[in-house]
Parts: sequence; C-alpha cells; structure tokens
Amino acid sequence: MTSILWATAGGGIIGLAASWLLLAKGRTAGISGIIGGLLSKWNDQSSWRWSFLLGLLVGGGILMATLPQAIAGPESRSLTLVAVAGGIVGYGTRLGGGCTSGHGVCGLTRFSPRSLVATLVFMATGFVTATLIGVFA
Amino acid sequence: MFALGLGVSGMTDANKVIGFLNLAGDWDPSLAFVMVGAIGVHLIFYRLILRRKSPLFDDAFHIPTRRDITPKLVGGAALFGVGWGLGGFCPGPGLVSLAGLGSSAGVFVACMLAGMVFQKALHRPIG
Repeated sequence: MTSILWATAGGGIIGLAASWLLLAKGRTAGISGIIGGLLSKWNDQSSWRWSFLLGLLVGGGILMATLPQAIAGPESRSLTLVAVAGGIVGYGTRLGGGCTSGHGVCGLTRFSPRSLVATLVFMATGFVTATLIGVFA
Repeated sequence: MFALGLGVSGMTDANKVIGFLNLAGDWDPSLAFVMVGAIGVHLIFYRLILRRKSPLFDDAFHIPTRRDITPKLVGGAALFGVGWGLGGFCPGPGLVSLAGLGSSAGVFVACMLAGMVFQKALHRPIG
C-alpha cells in the first residue's frame, strides 16, 4: 500500500513539475523531446532545455543525498543489454516523438490521440518484453 | 522538481520498473499509479494555465498540435517500449540516475544519445 502512495505522490510531483514548465515557458515536459531538441540545435533559444536537464541532474544529486535507495540500476540485466536498451530507447523515442513523460503524462493530459496510441503501444511492448525476459531468462 | 518526483515515485529504481513491467513472477503494480498521480495533478493546472494568453517567460505556448496516427508513431512507441522493458530505464530516470554514478545509468544514457543521433541521421540523409 505504501508503495502505491509513494508512486502516486511522486507522480503528483511530476505533474506539478510539468505544470510549472508549462506555466513558465509554455513547453511540454517530454524528456526525450527536450534532449532531442538539444541534439538538433545547440543555439541560445534552447537554453531552457539545458536548464531543465541540469535540473534533472541536480534533482538526482538531491535524491542521492536524501533518498539514495530511490536510484538503482537493473540488477538482472547485463551492461551489454542495458547498452542495447539505451540505443533502442533513443531511437524509438525520437521516431515515435515521445516517451512516458511526453506522451504518457503531457500527451494524455491534452487528450491527444497520438499520445493515447503511443502510450498504449509502448506500455504493451514494455510489458511483453520484460515479461518474456522474466519467463525465459 | 521533476527529478524528485521520479525518485519518490520509484521510477528511478530500474528493478522496480522491471518488477512492474514483468507480469510474470512477483508483479508490482504500484508504478501504474505514477501516471495516475501525474496526470491527475497536471490536468488541473493545465486547464488553468491555458486560460492565459502566454506563459510567464515566453511569448507563446509551444504545445504539439499533430493529431495523426502514423507508422512512425506506432513503430517508435513500440521500440521505446521494448527498450524500456529490456533495460528498465526510460529517458528521464536514466538522466536522473546519472547522479548515482552507476555504470548502468552511464551506459544507458550514452547509448540513448547515440540512438537519438542515429535516428536523426537516418531521417535526414546527408547531401
């Protein structure tokens, strides 16, 4: 039960953060999009992206200082598999135009049909992939 | 704030993510509530914020407007889900986890960036 409470509370904080970005800069808090935007152009107009990413790292630092057990790498996965996973996530999020934050949180909030489809699809393949590994590996 | 939300919710614990996505074995459904909490809160503020003419520190809102469902959308989402189930990381948690100085986060982020650059390069041929 407490796990569900933490999940919901954490989600609420994410929702607040996304709301603040929207109010402050009029942007959607889709992490893959924020990173992708920086890869496309490094010019001055993207400075909010740098700030946001820096904030993610700073937040990570605060977590390490206050709640270090929150950050953990996958114990059941080899580094090679994680590398492959990273490449696929990078490619897939750019191809599909978003990730769990962009499509899942921001897109669904807007009732975007694209995001609904994307979210259902990545949840499905996520479940299938992890379950298959769980069953066969 | 976003990073703290990820941490508190459990999303930065790749083992917990895998425990959620792996329906076999000891299924941990709690991460489903992350999206519930996030959308629940965001929805309230979203409507209020969009009543404004512009954001606080910009001239206009930059919200995606596309509504078409394309093969790229579906294919990209499918691939993302596979990568997520494989590694237990998605982009946000991956970046935040760099602060833990663990090798898996570093490897994940490096490869994710490479994957993004590769996708961009494929999409826009040279010359």
